[in-house]
Amino acid sequence: MVLPTGIGAQSPHEITVSAAISLKNAFEDIAKVFQERNPGAKVLFNFGASGDLARQIEAGAPVDVFASAARKDMDDIDGKGLVASNSRKNFAGNAVVLIKPANSNIPISSIEDLKRKEVGKIAIGNPKTVPAGRYAEEVLRHFNLQETLKKKLIFSENVRQVLDYVARGEVDAGLVYSTDAMVRSKEVKVVMKVPEGSHQPVVYPIGVIKGTKEEALSKTFVDLVLSQDGQKILNKYGFIPAKP
Amino acid sequence: MDESVLFSLRLSLQVAIAATVLVVLVGTGMSFILARKNFRGKEILDIFLTLPLVLPPTVTGYYLILFMGRNGLVGRYLFHWTGWSIMFTWYAAVLASFIVALPLMIKTTRAAIESVDTNLIKVSYTLGHGELKTFFRVILPLSKKGMISGAVLSFARAMGEFGATLMVAGNIPGKTNTMPIAIYTSASSGDWSRANMMVIFFTLVSGAFLYIANRFSKKGF
Repeated sequence: MVLPTGIGAQSPHEITVSAAISLKNAFEDIAKVFQERNPGAKVLFNFGASGDLARQIEAGAPVDVFASAARKDMDDIDGKGLVASNSRKNFAGNAVVLIKPANSNIPISSIEDLKRKEVGKIAIGNPKTVPAGRYAEEVLRHFNLQETLKKKLIFSENVRQVLDYVARGEVDAGLVYSTDAMVRSKEVKVVMKVPEGSHQPVVYPIGVIKGTKEEALSKTFVDLVLSQDGQKILNKYGFIPAKP
Repeated sequence: MDESVLFSLRLSLQVAIAATVLVVLVGTGMSFILARKNFRGKEILDIFLTLPLVLPPTVTGYYLILFMGRNGLVGRYLFHWTGWSIMFTWYAAVLASFIVALPLMIKTTRAAIESVDTNLIKVSYTLGHGELKTFFRVILPLSKKGMISGAVLSFARAMGEFGATLMVAGNIPGKTNTMPIAIYTSASSGDWSRANMMVIFFTLVSGAFLYIANRFSKKGF
């Protein structure tokens, strides 16, 4: 794979990791450990909605490692032959929660309460590009509320934007990962964790992109994420172990 | 061409036309004041009004959220008194387009008004016309070309507004997804055929408007 020279060209021993934005805090911590253990190595992060990141990789972005919040986005690039063989592994899981602004007076204690007329706007990720949005849609469909709530839905470009909308009180409720709610626990209130059977299990796959010039270093990063130390960091931020 | 594409086009036109009407009204008024009046802080006002021209749209969007968000400096009072917030409505899209297009109108119109021969204005006064009548019967007709070119630029800018719009109006299919936003979503989700359709259509429609406007400003009214 030809790396562009000039702006954005990597110096030796740098890897670019495209990761779902819900992984931001945990991965930044993992990168610190990685850089300590591999002197001279540097991790450049590219956080965003898994769908956006997958499109970038498909378009030839010089990414070394990809971690998405759903199987689909990894499947998309895997199907195009862009994942290095045998490098793909599931490394974490997550829970989906219903949140509302911390200072909200609207009585919401269940998914059904979203039907109430006091609930005007509900934020979820854009299902076209955001895995959290797809999980949210599945939850609403499970409770048969998809049609009823359609007019209240606001689509965000990534799950952290959903969190932000709720934290700023721009919307009355939102569906995010429990790990996101933890990051702004003072500004949002978790109403409930949605029942496990109401959506496909949240699975985070990670993989090395085929053709990377830093294959060994990329594999080392992936190994760190999968290792006990990496998993401990993920647990600290509220991620649950991947289902095998 | 499917329904959602038609909706986005219709919404973009609706937003751009509404924004341009506001831009022409407010812009003409502001340009007149800047061109013909002198007061302390005049150039600061000019800079303030022109800032959205040079600021990245995301910064403009940021300020709009700061002021007009549900908890914003202005938005919180609006919400408190009416229970309504402009966020996530097509009005927010109009506001965003208005703010970013206004400098274009003011720049061209102010220059056009400043280039009107002041003798003609003075003559109008000596003939007994007040300021308002002079404005409509002398200044306006002589500034027409500048104003039309400003309006066309504003319309084009409003049609293409994306960054600030996405931040305040959001991406709500069937409600606030203007064409630039719809194209972005389609491209982001790999729906290239739909994106292609919209891009071609949008280019043709915009080109047509520019053509009509250019013909207008050459021939005059």
